[in-house]
Amino acid sequence: MAKTLFEKVWASHVVTPETAETPTVLYIDLHLIHEVTSPQAFTVLRERGLPVRRVDRTLATMDHSTPTTPVRKLADIDVVGPSAAAQIRQMQKNCAEFGIPLRDFDSDERGIVHIIGPELGATQPGKTIVCGDSHTSTHGAFGALAFGIGTTEVGHVLATQCLLQRRPKTMAVEVSGALPEGVTAKDLILAIIGRTGVDGGTGHVIEYRGDAVRALDMAGRMTVCNMSIEAGARAGMIAPDDTTFEYLAGRKLAPQGAAFDAAVTGWRELATDSGAAFDTTVHIDAGALSPMVTFGTNPGMVVGINAPLPEAPSDGSWDRALEYMQLEAGKPIAGTPVDVVFVGSCTNARLPDLEATARVLEGRRVAQGVRMLVVPGSQAVKAEAEARGLHRIFEAAGAEWRESGCSMCLGMNGDTVAAGKLAVSTSNRNFEGRQGVGARTVLASPATAAASAVAGRIADARQLAH
Amino acid sequence: MEPITVFSSQTVLLPRADVDTDQIIPARFLTTTSREGLGDALFADWRYDGDGASNAKFILNQPESKGAQVLVAGRNFGCGSSREHAPWALADYGFRAVISTEIADIFRSNSLKNGLLPIVVSAAFHEQLLAEPCVVEVSLETRTVRLVDGPHADASETFEIDDFSRYCLMRGTDQLGFLLDRVDAISAFEAQRDDTAPA
Repeated sequence: MAKTLFEKVWASHVVTPETAETPTVLYIDLHLIHEVTSPQAFTVLRERGLPVRRVDRTLATMDHSTPTTPVRKLADIDVVGPSAAAQIRQMQKNCAEFGIPLRDFDSDERGIVHIIGPELGATQPGKTIVCGDSHTSTHGAFGALAFGIGTTEVGHVLATQCLLQRRPKTMAVEVSGALPEGVTAKDLILAIIGRTGVDGGTGHVIEYRGDAVRALDMAGRMTVCNMSIEAGARAGMIAPDDTTFEYLAGRKLAPQGAAFDAAVTGWRELATDSGAAFDTTVHIDAGALSPMVTFGTNPGMVVGINAPLPEAPSDGSWDRALEYMQLEAGKPIAGTPVDVVFVGSCTNARLPDLEATARVLEGRRVAQGVRMLVVPGSQAVKAEAEARGLHRIFEAAGAEWRESGCSMCLGMNGDTVAAGKLAVSTSNRNFEGRQGVGARTVLASPATAAASAVAGRIADARQLAH
Repeated sequence: MEPITVFSSQTVLLPRADVDTDQIIPARFLTTTSREGLGDALFADWRYDGDGASNAKFILNQPESKGAQVLVAGRNFGCGSSREHAPWALADYGFRAVISTEIADIFRSNSLKNGLLPIVVSAAFHEQLLAEPCVVEVSLETRTVRLVDGPHADASETFEIDDFSRYCLMRGTDQLGFLLDRVDAISAFEAQRDDTAPA
C-alpha cells in the first residue's frame, strides 16, 4: 500500500498502537530542550524520583532568555534581568544534576535550538524530533517528523523517551513551477499561510512538495517548514533528497563513512510513494509569487509587497488588526515608514539569510532613525559569517551585530521594540505585542528587511537604486 | 489537578478569533521556573493599562465575569506557541473549560493535561453561547454542554473528547503513569531501534 513520508516515519516509531481507549505510544529519537519550557518538567522528575531515560537522545542549549550583547561570562548574565538569569542558571543546574550535556552559555555550539540541531547533524531524515517549542517543525525540512510539545510532554519524553499521540491527518502543499528571481523561501511560506489561513493546517501534518520546494536549499526548506505552525499544523515535512544528504555529510552528529552511506540508502526510501493519498491538498503556483509581507496581527494576513492591502471583509474582523497596525485597507504597504529592522530567529538566521542581508546592505547605509539588529542563529553561524566578513558589511551599514539567540523574535531577553514602533522582522509571528508591548510587526524575508532598513520604509529589494 | 465531572458556571465571552498564546500570556512572563501563580499574567496586555492599572473595559475585569470558570472564545483559540504557561495561566485564574468552534492543536493538548477542558462545538451552538453571558452546565460524564439560563436556555450539544484524556480528567490524574507502565515495551522497542538508528 502506497504511503506518505509522514506515514512511514510515524509507523516506524509506534511502540504500542492506538486502541479505541488509548493513544499511540510514539518513540522519540531526539529531544531538544531549552531553558524556558523545561524547568517545570525537571521539577516533576525530582518529585517522582525519576531519571532522564536517554541523555544521549537529549540535546540541550539556551536561547530564549539569553542576552545577545557580548556577555561571555555567566557572572555577567544578570544583564537580562534577574528572572531570566535565574532561568538560565536553573537550566545549568538541571542539566548537571540529570547528566545531560549542555551546549552552555560559553559553548561554541550554542545557538537557537532549531538552528543547532541541523547544524550539528543531530537532525536527520526519518527521525522523530520534539521540543517544547512550536517551531520544532523546522526539522521537518530533513524528512523528520518534528513537532512542538508542552512542558508536561517534555517531562514525558525526559522520563520515558515517548509521547502519547493520536495520529494527525495529512495535507499536501504542492508548489509547482519556479520562484521568480528575488522571491525567496520566506515569501513562499508567507504566501502559503496567506492561502491556508492560520488554522488551515490544524490537525494536520503538512508535506511540502513540487519543483519549487525541491529547488530550495536546506536553509530555505527550514524556513518553509519552520512556519508550518503559523498555518496551524504542528509539523511540516519535505522528503529528503541529495540536497539533504549533501548538507548532512560530515556533520558532527551525523553517521560517518560507511554508516552514512548505509543511512542514505534507508533515507532514500522515505519519500512519499506515488499514489499515496493525502487528506487535503493545496496547490500553489510559485511563478506567480512576489516578495510577501504581513499587514495584520496574524501571519495569515499577507500581501505582495507592491500590491495594495486587500479590502477588509465586511464582518469587521480586520478592524482591530488594522487599527493596531495603523494601516488602511486598499492602500499600499510599500513606503510605510519603518523604525526597527530585525534579521534573526529560527526562521531566518542561517548563513544564507545573512548573506542575502549582506548583499542588500553592501555599500549602503541603514536609513537615519532606523535601528537594525542582525542576530545570527547560532555561535557557529556567527563565526562563519565573520569568517566571510559579513559582520563588517553590517557594521559599516550601521546595523548592530549580535551574539546568537531568539532575541527580538519574542523579546524575552530585553531585545524589544517600543510601543507604537514598526518593525520589519524576518521572524515568524506578528501577533500583538510579540516583539514588545504595543510593537507593530511586519514579517518579511531578509532581503525585504534589509531593503526596508536602507530605504527607511517598507521596500522591495528588487527595486533598490544601485 | 482537580477532577472534572459535572460543573456549572457563568460564562465569559471573548468572541475575537485567532487569540494567540502571546495574548493569553505574553513572553515576558515566561522567565519563571515555576508553574504557579501565572493567573495574574493572564491576558496581561488586555487586562492592564500601560501603568499596570486594571483596564475596566476588558471583559475579565467586569463584575459579571467574577468567578466564571468557562471561557467562550472565538475560532482558533490558543494558536501560536507551545507554551504550557497559557493553560497554566487560564487554570490558575480559575477557568476549567474553554469553548470554541476550533482550538489550536498544541494548546488543546496542553490543556487536557492541566484540568482545563477544551470543548469544540458547532458554529450554530457557538452562536447561542455568544448571545449573552449565561450559566452553562458542563458534563464530562455525558460529554455535553447545556445552557442553563439566558435566551437559549436548555439548548445543549455533545462534544468529542478521546476516552483516554476524558478518563484522566475525570480522575484528576496525569498521563505519565500510563507511559511509565509501558517501560518494558519501550525497552524492547529501543533494543531494536538503537541497532538501526543510533542517536
